[in-house]
Amino acid sequence: MNPNLPNSFRSGPDDRGHFGVFGGRFVAETLMPLILELEKAYTAAKADPAFQAEMNGYLTHYVGRPSPLYFAERLTEHLGGAKIYFKREELNHTGSHKVNNVLGQIMVARRMGKKRIIAETGAGQHGVATATLCARFGLECIVYMGAVDVARQAPNVFRMEMLGARVVPVQSGTRTLKDAMNEALRDWVTNVHDTFYCIGTVAGPHPYPMMVRDFQSIIGVETRSQMQEAEGRLPDSLVACIGGGSNAIGLFHPFLDDPGVEIFGVEAAGHGLTQLHAASIAGGRAGVLHGNRTYLLMDDDGQIQDAHSISAGLDYPGIGPEHSWLYETKRVTYLSATDDEALAAFELLSRQEGIIPALETAHAIAKVMELAPKRPKDHLMVVNLSGRGDKDIPQVAEILRGKK
Amino acid sequence: MTTRIDARFAELKKQGRSAFVTFLMAGDPDPATSLAIVEALPKAGADIIEIGMPFTDPMADGPAIQAAGLRALKAGMTLAKTLAMVRAFRQGDNATPLVLMGYYNPIYIYGVDRFLVDAKSAGVDGLIIVDLPPEEDAELCLPAMKAGINFIRLATPTTDDKRLPAVLANTSGFVYYVSITGITGSASANTAAVGEAVARIKRHTRLPVCVGFGIRTAEAAREIAENSDGAVVGTALVDALAASLDAADHATVNTVGAVADLVASLAQGVRGAKQAAE
Repeated sequence: MNPNLPNSFRSGPDDRGHFGVFGGRFVAETLMPLILELEKAYTAAKADPAFQAEMNGYLTHYVGRPSPLYFAERLTEHLGGAKIYFKREELNHTGSHKVNNVLGQIMVARRMGKKRIIAETGAGQHGVATATLCARFGLECIVYMGAVDVARQAPNVFRMEMLGARVVPVQSGTRTLKDAMNEALRDWVTNVHDTFYCIGTVAGPHPYPMMVRDFQSIIGVETRSQMQEAEGRLPDSLVACIGGGSNAIGLFHPFLDDPGVEIFGVEAAGHGLTQLHAASIAGGRAGVLHGNRTYLLMDDDGQIQDAHSISAGLDYPGIGPEHSWLYETKRVTYLSATDDEALAAFELLSRQEGIIPALETAHAIAKVMELAPKRPKDHLMVVNLSGRGDKDIPQVAEILRGKK
Repeated sequence: MTTRIDARFAELKKQGRSAFVTFLMAGDPDPATSLAIVEALPKAGADIIEIGMPFTDPMADGPAIQAAGLRALKAGMTLAKTLAMVRAFRQGDNATPLVLMGYYNPIYIYGVDRFLVDAKSAGVDGLIIVDLPPEEDAELCLPAMKAGINFIRLATPTTDDKRLPAVLANTSGFVYYVSITGITGSASANTAAVGEAVARIKRHTRLPVCVGFGIRTAEAAREIAENSDGAVVGTALVDALAASLDAADHATVNTVGAVADLVASLAQGVRGAKQAAE
């Protein structure tokens, strides 16, 4: 037994936001007082039954929870191994798991009296969820999105604008998710007095990684009871894709202290791990960016490197700090899937189950295609179907046309 | 311990004037030109020199300084080369205080202990690290103090009286008051509000208080200098440098002079200031 292993994998972070050596609060002084205020507001909200009751009401009637746990019978037969279940987060209002977190944060913002909401987005799913809830609660919404992503996720840009949000294309740096986050932080530093930064993943300064995880953990909590109902026991394995890692931690966290549950996170290997990719754990090392210490893609001088993934939502050179810690403690196994593997999975799932997954989610399916055939038929595998692929259809159509 | 920063402020106090602090990015637009510019700064009137350590993701900087960092990185600048530049500067100037300013990741990757040893021996006097608030003092601030390097903290309009003592606790050299909530090179500061803020900080510390962000002209520099112990100018200098480059962002014969001329004119502004109230 490793003496450094914690008694529980679910007790973090500590009061300074650390998961082992990861996490923390690496932000400019201008933001520090607000981050402390946010931590206080969130702690109070978490303990307030009225807050929980109000949130549960919206989760049920607005988001449409609980999302189903669905037995993917044809995919199971096709792969010929583990019994595969999908946690259907793509059926949530707005089409992905992102809304779980946004609802929580917008309710905290309302408690804090903030009227102006900013967000960063990659694929646009977080931007759409934020624009949706801002419309619902009558709040001003500004979404920062890399100019490259604005071009490849056009349907979501239109959706955000339809919902009343202002989408700001970010031209700095590599013009993708990391630059959108830089620009959102610059906005926040400038408008700190009236602005709430609604971060879309389990990254950023404490308390964000903890708060976003808490809001997403409903995925795993529901999965536990739904699997009990369906099979009378816990699942044997969990699989989820990882960019920042919010859908993954949401599914994983309630199972971290169940040693019988194998857990797999799937990073984006882009063109392959020896070429351009977005797999921070497979190809990066510990560093400090965007408010936290975590695994990052960088060069020997500590300069952040360009990530690449076919999926805009995974195209980020970092990962949430709790994942870095779960990797180093070996509780979670981190795999990666290439662009081509994800595309193949995208097509397979569409044909086998009549579910067009988001390209992000297709990375998880790609590894299920490898893992499931090697498992016995009584092995219960849960995949987080984190988002639907409508937004990706123009991009995938173009790629597939180019291949023919 | 007394650093060149402490000595310089003591000297300026005798002269009865505030400091003029310049910021430029190391390696912008290329390492050789950048060294030539820094070497020209003391003669042009800079009392303290801040040198930016280029970083790909400068989240508190506006477009001008972002672009400066990218030009430097494109020209092959690294943290090791920035330290080499400091060493080269020190061969001709052992009095002007040098402060490195930037973000934590390049230092963390270089290795904190190794960095502090190399920085001290190169002749670095202080550090300003934007993304290391007092909550993360164990990372670099405390080791830097031990190594004899000042850790200069940023105080901002959001740093209230309750929080100031924590911000000032491990600060040395001087306090850098960021006069606006915002990124470098954006809005300009309101002189009256700056004066009040400096007075508020001075109720908590005996350290000199310098003010930066939003100072672009000799007149503005004079006004700020009258209300503080020093005026910091960065974006305006970086803009002057950028305007002197050719279409491919390479240095021209005018580059060093363009920066030095602006520094001289801003320094005149600072020197024309009435002595800051004690």
